Amino acid sequence: MPVTSRSNQTTALERLNARENARPRVAVHKFSSCDGCQLAFINAGEALLELAQLVEIVHFAEAGPMDPEAAVDIAFVEGSISTPEEAQRIQTVRTNSRFLVSLGACATSGGLQALRNFNADGASGWTEAVYAQPEFINSLDTATPVAEHVKVDLELWGCPVNARQVFQAVRQLLFGVSPVVDKDKLCVECKRQQHVCVLVAKGIPCMGPVTHTGCGALCPAFGRDCYACFGPAENPNTASLSQRFDGLGLMPESVAQRFHFINSHAPAFRTEWLAWKERS
Amino acid sequence: METSARFLPRSSVDSLFDAIRHEGFSRLVGPVVRDGAIVYREIASAADLPRGMRDRQAPGTYRLESQDDSVRTFSWANGPQALKPMTFAPREALWRCERDESGGLGFRDAAQEHEPTAVIGVRACDLAALQIQEQHFLKPPYPDPHYAARRSSLFLVAVHCSHPADTCFCASTGDGPRAESGYDLAMSELDEGFVVTGGTDRGRAVLASMGLDPASSLQQDKADREVEAAALGQGRSLPSRNLKDALYARLEHPHWDQVGRRCLSCGNCTAVCPTCFCHAEQDEPALTGETSEHLRQWDSCFTAVHSYMGHFLVREETRLRYRQWLTHKLASWHEQYGRSGCVGCGRCIAWCPVGIDITAEVAALMESGDAQS
Repeated sequence: MPVTSRSNQTTALERLNARENARPRVAVHKFSSCDGCQLAFINAGEALLELAQLVEIVHFAEAGPMDPEAAVDIAFVEGSISTPEEAQRIQTVRTNSRFLVSLGACATSGGLQALRNFNADGASGWTEAVYAQPEFINSLDTATPVAEHVKVDLELWGCPVNARQVFQAVRQLLFGVSPVVDKDKLCVECKRQQHVCVLVAKGIPCMGPVTHTGCGALCPAFGRDCYACFGPAENPNTASLSQRFDGLGLMPESVAQRFHFINSHAPAFRTEWLAWKERS
Repeated sequence: METSARFLPRSSVDSLFDAIRHEGFSRLVGPVVRDGAIVYREIASAADLPRGMRDRQAPGTYRLESQDDSVRTFSWANGPQALKPMTFAPREALWRCERDESGGLGFRDAAQEHEPTAVIGVRACDLAALQIQEQHFLKPPYPDPHYAARRSSLFLVAVHCSHPADTCFCASTGDGPRAESGYDLAMSELDEGFVVTGGTDRGRAVLASMGLDPASSLQQDKADREVEAAALGQGRSLPSRNLKDALYARLEHPHWDQVGRRCLSCGNCTAVCPTCFCHAEQDEPALTGETSEHLRQWDSCFTAVHSYMGHFLVREETRLRYRQWLTHKLASWHEQYGRSGCVGCGRCIAWCPVGIDITAEVAALMESGDAQS
């Protein structure tokens, strides 16, 4: 998002853009999340060291550097917007960033914590049940994706994200081109890897046919059903897959729950959950 | 063309494998049971073959059953894949690019060395599909060197099909259950062993080196009868081997909407189809930006990017993707390759997660004549 300022005072982003031949500056911001996506960075090991040569990592609390207000070329945002403070802070991050990437399920769809969006009383019932002194908790009633608050330039799905995908996106940005993210169904990759389809050969309710690829078909590689941690793929036919789950013998409540998990707030999954919730 | 049929006792199958290895094909790949299906993996001996296994296939369902009293190792029809991934790799580097000392870019072909491999237990439908893929990939003047290198590394041992699955319809497409050509050796399985014939000079050389007795006429008759029964036992069919005009006359048929509502556009049918060859190419630069790999990987007409052109999708809706697949496979394929692209293996029926049946969809489309209006 271009940032314009009519005042004489230049913004942090304008000063950033005025630099010559400097290494691109990168920040990794944390919102409501488990830190697992940041760990995908840290666990990359050697690649992270290479990245540190190519860019200047100015803010990445989990790894050390702290400068949350820094203007940057690329901001990775992990986590959903779940508190009033976060709703404010994401605006600052957007203002200070040339290219904003939502990193993982929480930032991209609201994540697991977005299950509270379906409570009639918001988060308060759970807050009171869990915390000894709930008066210290200051949460919004909803946990929402970053894109519901500010413009997001690139969405990277996953719980957690796939480090290979993250570094590919960084590389594309360093080349100055828009990163392309494959939005195909997981099945396309699962079949490339020649895993035997768990839905067809075992009759277990795999979410692969409606799920965004990117993980490398991890669960089917171990004979498990995909549970859609990468969210909905493009053009997902959730209604037809649900019918199939119904045919496999799942009760309507169980069909509903397949869509009511890590990416429950994603519209395609929310709609399908509701349709089966009403039948149960 | 064939040598006279020889009889290979069941106890001598490993001798055949040794003779094939002696011919220069050091690696053997054959059917094994893995994760609930028949898949092709490296094997060491006949003991690795799926003894007594039968496949029960139906739309959207595949199950293996063990029949303890059976000594047979080919009493199944097929699994999700056979030859396709061996010749048309699901993902492979075509070339690499490196920055040289002067800052320029150097391009280098990816390696095309493949260990000579014998594939044991190839089906007639897979040989027919291989022939189609060869037409596509090896057609002059630009044969694909990567495909060619993989293909030329293979020695093919066909086994005529005696146990078709409920999803099979190769008899109606004319591609099985007997393997007619394209193999080095072909075998029919009987309880006591195999009737073996050679299809190429190197296949005949392998057979001659073993000094086997001729197969008796009784054995040959029994083997033939099993294959004939396998053809007669198929319940599914396509109404014609050329549906081009019939399908072109039905491009606006309401049934495309009907199947579009069920189809997941997940691409499983195209991935298991032994003739589907669509692929996408992409570059994967290393993080340093100093090297890059140019990859080719399986794509599908059911993905969005497959029809992406200049900022719009030609086929956004599922019904259009399904129509593209079916009308290419059964109609425009004739214009490209002089035959239909379907060999009747039935994989797209069994491995469709929601059990869409190509034979049933074609029947539904044909039911109501010309439906342009």
